[in-house]
Amino acid sequence: MSRRTKYKFRLYVAGDAPNSAQAQANLIALCQTHLPDRYEIEVVDVLKVPMLALQDNVLMTPTLLKLSPAPVRRIVGALSQMQTVLDTLGLEVIVK
Amino acid sequence: MNSARSAKVILQIKASTGITGFDEITGGGLPHGRTTLLVGGPGSGKTLFALQFLMHGARKCKEPGIFVAFEENSRRIIANTNSFDWKLEELVQRKKLYFMDAQPSPDLIQSGSFDLYGMLAALSAQAKSMGAQRIVFDALDIVLALLPDEAAKRREVYRLHEWLLAHEFTGLITAKSGEVENSLPRQQPFGFMQFMVDCSVKLNHRVSLGVSQRNLRVQKFRGSSFDENESPFIIGKNGFEVALARSLGRVDTQVSQERVSSGVKRLDTMLGGGYYRGASVLITGFPGTAKTTLSGAFAEAACKRGERTMFVSFDSDGSEVMRNLASVGIRLDRYTKSGLLRMVSARTITGSAETLLVHIKTLAQEHKARCLVIDPVSTLAKTGNELTAHGVAERLIDWSKVDGTTLVCTSLLDEMMGQESGNTPLQISTIADTWIHLNYLVQAGERNRGLSIIKSRGTEHSNQVRELILSDAGVTLADIYTAGGEVLMGTMRWEKESAERVANEVAEVAGKLKRVTLDAEEAVLAVRAKAVQTELVAKQVEKTLLERITASRQGELSRGHKHIHELRGGDAAKPVAKEKTP
Repeated sequence: MSRRTKYKFRLYVAGDAPNSAQAQANLIALCQTHLPDRYEIEVVDVLKVPMLALQDNVLMTPTLLKLSPAPVRRIVGALSQMQTVLDTLGLEVIVK
Repeated sequence: MNSARSAKVILQIKASTGITGFDEITGGGLPHGRTTLLVGGPGSGKTLFALQFLMHGARKCKEPGIFVAFEENSRRIIANTNSFDWKLEELVQRKKLYFMDAQPSPDLIQSGSFDLYGMLAALSAQAKSMGAQRIVFDALDIVLALLPDEAAKRREVYRLHEWLLAHEFTGLITAKSGEVENSLPRQQPFGFMQFMVDCSVKLNHRVSLGVSQRNLRVQKFRGSSFDENESPFIIGKNGFEVALARSLGRVDTQVSQERVSSGVKRLDTMLGGGYYRGASVLITGFPGTAKTTLSGAFAEAACKRGERTMFVSFDSDGSEVMRNLASVGIRLDRYTKSGLLRMVSARTITGSAETLLVHIKTLAQEHKARCLVIDPVSTLAKTGNELTAHGVAERLIDWSKVDGTTLVCTSLLDEMMGQESGNTPLQISTIADTWIHLNYLVQAGERNRGLSIIKSRGTEHSNQVRELILSDAGVTLADIYTAGGEVLMGTMRWEKESAERVANEVAEVAGKLKRVTLDAEEAVLAVRAKAVQTELVAKQVEKTLLERITASRQGELSRGHKHIHELRGGDAAKPVAKEKTP
């Protein structure tokens, strides 16, 4: 996987609930640190577009979906444990 | 107007579940627009209860529903219900039912706090699009287990509850419970939910002496009265079925004055015309006292009247029963062929007494039976069922009364018990209308069957013990002899009878003889009387003759004297007086 690979994320949030806001902030911070200029974040508010959440089978908010590169990964929660998130996204290796 | 409105309010308060018995216990169903918690151990029937609740709502109450499946895949859930006649797929296609797969995926990674907003938002949208009013969260414990601490769990449950209340959904949350029976609510998992919800129902599944017993109990129901006791339930052909003895405030069933024949003419006479239609009859006795025969006679009589009848035999196969009954002239085969009579061998049905009852009920309803024979009903009380059997027997009788079915049950008595006690193991003798007891009398090297009517409500009945005689020609009763304070039966009765017959004949002959003798004597006397009479007449004639002769001689004499006097010219007075007394 080259350093040029672009990361696509979809973050499901529930309006401005505290943990949703926290997740959004954490994700942006992480991307800026580890994936500068090669990330794309789509934020979906389940309160506004609930059917999309249903399709993606998102039940808990916030939920982060890493759509590309494959495989698709799913992280539930406010993304507060940075190490877990990095491990899941497979980012640690790339940074090193 | 007013009553119509109040009726509507009542309808609004309870959401009917369509579960036989449950709606009666709770007075209509689950609280409408509120949340109900359903807890139970594994395999206790939580999911089934919830599905039936949704199915009934969608089909009968115009209340579409959503099923949120946290534990099992919805396809599998639907497939599992295929054995019932529910047709969930059809409801899903018609958008009356929606299944939401919410099983947390095993590779789900969790980082930091989260909540159920996503699901609730999605559900709100879905519910709005299909107008859903009933929502089931099946196995909520699964998703709560993902939450890190007790506070978070509580927070999410409250969120869920608030959401349900805000949307006025009739919610049903199912959760697993440990097997701790009597622990305090807060020690139970999700104990706090018990306090939060408006209604709480507990299912449990116990095994006592190897027999499975399922029970349901309503723990609380805010703003409503309910039956607080444990009620046994079974999962039958049509789903969940809660056993209930008598619904609260139900109108008494119609009683009938009509009599139905017991199949034995003399027994009908003893009972003052037969059993009452819709009555429950108990025939008790030791093995071999012709209980089955007596109930077979009843079945035959019912079929002869053209009534649909069902014969449930726990002891032997239907064909065996028919063969055995044919030996005493009770022929049932033609009725089974015509479909009027249904023989059910219940030997193969295993399970708790409750299950048996439900099976019998279902079969009887299928057959539209007006007369039902259960031989013997004491099977219900076999090992493992002692505790529930009494209730089952009560419900059996209650159900047959409601349906107007005439029920004849036989009950085996324990041989260890005294003959006099006559106690039935099920204690249904107190609730049966007519109780016939059969026993053996051992006397002079014979065992003979005796029949007595212990009770028969509302009918005159004979208090005499009769001898029951089985022969090729059928079942009959015979009077028994009491001699010197002892009851005679069998050969002794026969001997007594024939002795009496001989004595009668002898007496008759003796009478005849006496009569003949008297006749002869009478004739002799009559003849003698005649002779005397004749003699009397002869004497009288003789006497008359004599008088006449005397008179004429006197005349002659007086004439002679006169002549002599005339001749002598003397006084004639003195010699005439002398002559007059010779």
